[in-house]
Amino acid sequence: MPPNPADLVAQALTGNRLALARLLTLVESQTDSAIEALNLIFPATGNAHRVGITGAPGTGKSSLTNKLAQTVRRRGETAAILAVDPSSPFTGGAILGDRIRMRECAGDPGVFIRSMASRGALGGLSLTTNAAAEVLDGVGFDWILVETVGTGQAEVEIASLAHTVIVVEAPGLGDEIQAIKAGILEIADLILVNKADQPGALRTESALMAAFHAAERPAYRHHSDIDQSGIIPPTSKDGWSIPILRTNAIDGEGVDAVLARVLEHRTFLQESGQWQAKETQRMQHAFEQSLRHALYTAWHDALPGDAYDDLLRQLNNRAISPQQLARQTVQAWLTGSKSESNRHIS
Amino acid sequence: MTERKIRVLIAKPGLDGHDRGAKVIARALRDAGMEVIYTGLRQSPEMIAEAALQEDVDAVGLSILSGAHMTLVPRVLELLRANQQGDVPVFVGGIIPEADIPALQTMGVAEVFGPGSFTSTVAEAVRRVVEARSTTP
Ligand SMILES: Nc1nc2c(ncn2[C@@H]2O[C@H](COP(=O)(O)OP(=O)(O)OP(=O)(O)O)[C@@H](O)[C@H]2O)c(=O)[nH]1
Ligand SMILES: [Mg+2]
Repeated sequence: MPPNPADLVAQALTGNRLALARLLTLVESQTDSAIEALNLIFPATGNAHRVGITGAPGTGKSSLTNKLAQTVRRRGETAAILAVDPSSPFTGGAILGDRIRMRECAGDPGVFIRSMASRGALGGLSLTTNAAAEVLDGVGFDWILVETVGTGQAEVEIASLAHTVIVVEAPGLGDEIQAIKAGILEIADLILVNKADQPGALRTESALMAAFHAAERPAYRHHSDIDQSGIIPPTSKDGWSIPILRTNAIDGEGVDAVLARVLEHRTFLQESGQWQAKETQRMQHAFEQSLRHALYTAWHDALPGDAYDDLLRQLNNRAISPQQLARQTVQAWLTGSKSESNRHIS
Repeated sequence: MTERKIRVLIAKPGLDGHDRGAKVIARALRDAGMEVIYTGLRQSPEMIAEAALQEDVDAVGLSILSGAHMTLVPRVLELLRANQQGDVPVFVGGIIPEADIPALQTMGVAEVFGPGSFTSTVAEAVRRVVEARSTTP
């Protein structure tokens, strides 16, 4: 028997961890019950600071997330961790191994760790990571730390989910510049050179500095970013100076400083009005994603019998282009549903 | 819409020092389309039960080579029950003497896999037991 969404939400809100875990499974299922549960918990959301931790594979994201959670706990605050790993495109299976680096959090009731498979989504998260974060926010975690898939590509998805994005770099990834993809730097609010104990950390740091100086960053040609001389400060984003910090995620050195800068970033966002803007943006993003899904489903469900196959056949004959077919299909659907509702009115 | 994925926790309780077998099983279950939460070496029964709860898994697989299965397994089962997860099937693999298998099954272990087991057998057993559980009310 699948549990009733209203019961699960009620129990999770009282601090029942099994109910919370089941609620997370429910939202991952993307069913109508999941939508119902999310709607019930939504009024309780909006209080957590969401931090994204992204970067190439093996740079130390999980180890850092573990240390960040410990640091947050020392402030007497609670942390939920969402750790995303890739699903195999062939079998749909996944090995979710981020917990291996998070054993220090074991036994702490102020930490909740959940592993998620990307389930075919691109961009470093799964389609339901934002919904899972809403649930964890709703049940009252002060911090939500989201570790993305380690791809090293521009993971825009995390930028629309998190208030603060931490990009983790590390020495020894081969060609320094290759590892420092412009896209990923554009979403960073903080950049960490992790594995500071390893040879090459300083070189990675200078390569990062150089990349910032060299990169033409038209996205940041914001008037407030340009000083009197017309020079764009190298590490500035909408008025926030992006710090580059060295960390050691094994012994935790430098992690207190990271949290201090994250807290400064929070203050900066709140005082500049960007915190609210990000909230609005995130909700809009979730709305549009759901809208696309709902529209597609409504259209698809309204199709009679083998109409979909008929559409595909027209493509195979090259009688019509996919683009034109989509446009015509939607127009026909809209006209059809209009005349249907007219019938109801008259 | 989306079918529910089978989520399995693979854990390595006790102090023995390698997890080759556990990793082989983890990969086999992934290749069978499951999501495997892999927690690494030297997990205490408490850590295993906590991970099983937070991850809301459909099954737990324990790999034990140390010979301590007769104390570790009942402890894990007890903690799962204490967390209202007594119905989550538990599989045990590793070096388990034939003679201990009936006792483990009486405790509530779903199935025991010895060193010669095929990974495909393990994957099929996990799927069968998990699916049987989700269809019984
Ligand atoms: N020397 C050293 N090793 C580190 C440090 N941080 C992480 N490691 C090691 O680097 C390896 C990868 O660390 P993870 O934390 O798993 O890295 P990750 O970025 O989460 O990896 P993926 O999730 O697989 O992309 C592990 O062996 C860690 O022990 C560090 O600061 N110094
Ligand atoms: Mg990781």
